[in-house]
Amino acid sequence: MVSKKGKIWWIAVLLVLCLVPLILPRFYVYLLSVILLFGLFAMSNNLPLGFGGIYQLHHAVFYGVGAYGTALVITKSDLSPWLAFLIGPLIAAALGLIMGLICIRLSKLYFGMLQISLGSLVWAFVYRWYSFTGGDDGIHGITVPDIISSYQGAYYFALIITGLSLYVLYRVLKSPYGIALQGIRDNPVRSAMIGVNVRRHQLLALIIAAFFAGTAGTLFVVVDNTVFPDMIFWTLSLEAVIMCLLGGWLTFLGPMLGAAMIVVIRTFVSTYTVYWALVLGIIFMLVIFFLPNGVLGWVEDLYKRRKNVADMKE
Amino acid sequence: MLEVKSLMKSFDGFKAVDNADLDVRKGEIVAVIGPNGAGKTTLFNLITGILKPDSGRVLFKGEDITGLPPHKICRKRISRSFQVVNVFNRLTVFENTQISILSRERHTWNLVTPSSKLAVDETNELLRRVGLYEKRNRVSGALSHGDRKVLEIAMALAGNPEFLILDEPTAGMSPEETTRCIDLIQGLRERYGLTILFCEHDMEIVFRVANRIMVMVRGATIIQGTCQEVRCNAGVQDAYLGGSDVCLM
Repeated sequence: MVSKKGKIWWIAVLLVLCLVPLILPRFYVYLLSVILLFGLFAMSNNLPLGFGGIYQLHHAVFYGVGAYGTALVITKSDLSPWLAFLIGPLIAAALGLIMGLICIRLSKLYFGMLQISLGSLVWAFVYRWYSFTGGDDGIHGITVPDIISSYQGAYYFALIITGLSLYVLYRVLKSPYGIALQGIRDNPVRSAMIGVNVRRHQLLALIIAAFFAGTAGTLFVVVDNTVFPDMIFWTLSLEAVIMCLLGGWLTFLGPMLGAAMIVVIRTFVSTYTVYWALVLGIIFMLVIFFLPNGVLGWVEDLYKRRKNVADMKE
Repeated sequence: MLEVKSLMKSFDGFKAVDNADLDVRKGEIVAVIGPNGAGKTTLFNLITGILKPDSGRVLFKGEDITGLPPHKICRKRISRSFQVVNVFNRLTVFENTQISILSRERHTWNLVTPSSKLAVDETNELLRRVGLYEKRNRVSGALSHGDRKVLEIAMALAGNPEFLILDEPTAGMSPEETTRCIDLIQGLRERYGLTILFCEHDMEIVFRVANRIMVMVRGATIIQGTCQEVRCNAGVQDAYLGGSDVCLM
């Protein structure tokens, strides 16, 4: 599994991430929180997309519905906010199950098309239902528990929850289920022929992915204290897919790296020009052209090649 | 053990399998031969549930398995390998074999246990048996064609089948690889009592390995019988072996 050297690296990274809020100013801490939660969002998208071979093209629905679920429970009910943080993702997972049941009958691109249509329907509901969801205004000033209401508190909460979620996703991918899922990605016919019920395994991947997308949405509520309909809009889903491809959709942490790249580009380039998407587009094209496996995929390939050369020498 | 009765399947009006009959007894090796496009692979796809037949019946150990989905047929302990290599290209040789074993043991719903702790010995044992142990950590997409065909068979065996279907097991193999593969197939029946159904273009292999032969032409069964019967059948020689020379092969 993880080598000793790898473990030391991980502990070092974690330490740095823990110390960050004590050193950096508020703006950068906020930015890091956003990177973490977008990273979790993209990585949950990558479970069906990169490891399951399912065209999960409208993942933002689960992210947005998770966020709205949490926000509505906090603002409209007397339940504890801590409970709301769990209810949001669960609502997202339930929606994942319902939409999955409908879409999974189709395969490949047809799956993605139907998912985009159904997702847009959810968006229209949220956008139009003023009395309940606040329509295009969204919901603002959502109060979260005191301990995580400061920007540092929100950051630590995002760090802990993202870390836990990544651990769970990693374990899932290394479990027999995870390998079966990757087998389905490579070859669904063969998977069925070794006795795997392809559709049901894919459906579970969709539910897990929806749950963690909802978790990421909930983290956004904690970090930003708002929700708005753009969080459900399909352009955000496109961004998530780009994060996966940019970072490396066949690697575990690739989408996290992709999320960091996009958030950084958007934040810093947009101070110079409103056409920040143009810069992103050019970078994206270059990456797809020269590093078809994404940035982290490229690094992994390099590492493997060096290791192979070393093995040959032995 | 396996009985196929007047099976039919057409694609857009083209009758790919048109009245195929087949009967395989326990412990036999049966070969299906026929010209390209005779419907051999379609027949195998119908038996294993990848395609649903238009009419006709497939019986396995007396039980009707016509039109069941592939994963259910697999659980009846029928395994197959494919003509065109059909493995999990991005997974390693080890993972390919391991997941086939884990699937048989119904472990694919396990989300908790690291798979590096499950069925390791059995996987290694199987890989040693087929001669892929040294290459177990290679990504299967990077293997040679011959090795991937052997991996195909290893994955089929991982299902611990009673009945094994091999679709052109030696297609595209070098002569040495072919010999190794034939030894493997014969060993399977002798040592593990497997019943095997295969199709093959190389007549030498067919006559050497098979107990009985079924001949298919344009989707229909012409004859099923021993090697001798098939060699001397006029219809077969006409349609498949090119006519005239009696009992030459």
